[in-house]
Amino acid sequence: MSILVNKDTKVIVQGFTGGEGTFHSEQCMAYGTNIVGGVTPNKGGQTHLGKPVFNTVKEAVEATGATVSMVFVPPAFVADAVMEAADAGIELAVIITEGAPVKDMMYAKMYATKKGMKTIGPNCPGIITAEECKIGIMPGNIFKKGPVGLISKSGTLTYEGANQVVQEGLGISTAVGIGGDPIIGLSYKQLLPMFEEDPETKAIVMIGEIGGDLEIQAAKFIKENITKPVVAFIAGQTAPKGKRMGHAGAIVSGSAGTAAEKMAALEAAGVKVVKTPAEIGKAVKEVLS
Amino acid sequence: MNVHEYQAKQIFAEYGVPTPRGLVANTVEEAVENAKKLGGNLWVVKAQIHAGGRGLGGGVKLAKSIEEVEKLAGEILGMTLVTHQTGPEGKLVQKIYIEEGADIQDEFYLGIVLDRAKEMPVIMASTEGGMEIEKVAEETPEKIVKVAVDPTIGLQGFHGRELVFGLGITDKQEQRKFIDFASKLFKIYMDKDVELIEINPLIRTGSGDFLALDGKMGFDDSALYRHPDIEAMRDISEEDPDEREAGQYGLSYVSLDGEIGCMVNGAGLAMGTMDTINFVGGTPANFLDVGGKANAETVAKGFEIILRNPKVKSIFVNIFGGIVRCDRIANGILEATKKVDVKVPVVVRLDGTNAAEAAEILKNANIENVIPATDLLDGAKKAVAAAKGEL
Ligand SMILES: Nc1ncnc2c1ncn2[C@@H]1O[C@H](COP(=O)(O)OP(=O)(O)O)[C@@H](O)[C@H]1O
Ligand SMILES: [Mg+2]
Repeated sequence: MSILVNKDTKVIVQGFTGGEGTFHSEQCMAYGTNIVGGVTPNKGGQTHLGKPVFNTVKEAVEATGATVSMVFVPPAFVADAVMEAADAGIELAVIITEGAPVKDMMYAKMYATKKGMKTIGPNCPGIITAEECKIGIMPGNIFKKGPVGLISKSGTLTYEGANQVVQEGLGISTAVGIGGDPIIGLSYKQLLPMFEEDPETKAIVMIGEIGGDLEIQAAKFIKENITKPVVAFIAGQTAPKGKRMGHAGAIVSGSAGTAAEKMAALEAAGVKVVKTPAEIGKAVKEVLS
Repeated sequence: MNVHEYQAKQIFAEYGVPTPRGLVANTVEEAVENAKKLGGNLWVVKAQIHAGGRGLGGGVKLAKSIEEVEKLAGEILGMTLVTHQTGPEGKLVQKIYIEEGADIQDEFYLGIVLDRAKEMPVIMASTEGGMEIEKVAEETPEKIVKVAVDPTIGLQGFHGRELVFGLGITDKQEQRKFIDFASKLFKIYMDKDVELIEINPLIRTGSGDFLALDGKMGFDDSALYRHPDIEAMRDISEEDPDEREAGQYGLSYVSLDGEIGCMVNGAGLAMGTMDTINFVGGTPANFLDVGGKANAETVAKGFEIILRNPKVKSIFVNIFGGIVRCDRIANGILEATKKVDVKVPVVVRLDGTNAAEAAEILKNANIENVIPATDLLDGAKKAVAAAKGEL
């Protein structure tokens, strides 16, 4: 078991034939992901990486029965691509693209929600169910199968956290990189209950950062609904106020969105909060023993 | 990207948002000319810097004669203005705005930002104009009226009514004018991919008109490609030159106060690295995300920028290779040590994709100052020890 995706999930790639799309689709296929085709307008009918290319998502879904789309479309066109996926009945769009205008994602997410399509990202490493299905750009080899679910705003902290968990002799069920933009798709609050219900997952790692209040919402949710142990790290304890730290959403505005307030809220919810990502692995081991 | 008050007011004027008349000046002579052009008998001389709190800092002054405009322009142009938003080092004033003096009866606050929880823009208004809005939010949150607007329906009459009733504006003419003001501002927010608009104060004049006396705007950097008019307003003298140069190489850099330079891939890990340095008793000198396309050239540039900071006593390179391949970073470090005089110890932790190859490259190169680390904690500890001269 796992959440959202597994070895049977049928995946199409929007932006399949581009440089990024090609490189990462190959890697995903090598990992075992069931990529059934791709979409690139005006390249319909061609074959790429041994899979059919379609002009539209609608055609791709009809022909392949895909339910998930991995999106590598450039930032200026990514909202259009996401809305197309929603319109075509895709159930989950994993949006890797970095640098999408916030306004575009606001509309795209509203439309996706209306159509019942879940989204992950943008500006994220994607989702991986260890040793089954990788939909994204993470280095697959570090994700060994095991009992730990992981949710992270940051790509490299996902790798850092997963690697430590594996070093401790444990492993990952599913890891989701939710992205660091101001507007993102699935977040802690939607993913936590999925891990709570997943029998394979025994503990959850949540990695957050400064900016916004998703971690605060998560803390409230955990307190009321989550029985499995949760380990959390919030990046940016040493970040100055009012400065954007790499991610578009990673900014302390006024006195809101600090690491300190998020850490306090999580601690109050019974979460084991670590002060450095270097202690994630150890902490997981501890809560599981 | 942020713009100056005078530029924000140009955008306001384009959309019919009422502002006092004003003209920007780069010299005292221009300032005097502008004041004459504007006419009247009351002017305001306003420092143009990308920071608020100019009034309290002495960068906004009233003049009752042309001679006074001349005198004040001379004082404000070229001054280093320190406000609560500039930091103690302040900002050099290179431009001033000469504006007609307004007849202030009441001061309001009006702002529009993205409500990240609701995932739509929220209009914030308050009768506590002139005060810092964060302070109002903390001390008297009930004095802030918040109206979230779903952009798919736009600003409707009911949104406007919530605003004016919330602010206690009872005169029907005034209600109409205020709602008109707010809807024009909302249109700007949506049209121009604005990240933040703040008008503080928005005033009611003796004759019941509403005017934007101040204007602060920030734009979504990711959307600037479709707004050449806004991009043209960029004032590079307001940007940190190191941050700007880093950006041109695909690096994301923010300078901090500490002693340990950081070079990391990924924004989250970069913050996590700073936090870990802090955790083991050190202080980070910067945030630096080399991004997903790091290569020898960008790594060398990163070293160059980090080393410009004289406080830096050691550097911690912390890479968890995913798309970034560690061997490329290792080659970047070699390149950098050839190009730049790296005179401080460099602690290197390379993990993930091609880490073994990278370790081999560094070992064979045998560079004097390079200290290998096994993991994040080990690296942070070594970087702190190296900064103290203990390694
Ligand atoms: N055109 C004007 N006429 C009269 N008073 C003004 C005018 N412009 C600014 N002021 C006064 O100066 C104060 C500070 O100016 P403002 O533009 O808000 O700068 P800041 O917010 O950076 O201090 C305002 O609160 C207002 O009282
Ligand atoms: Mg002001």
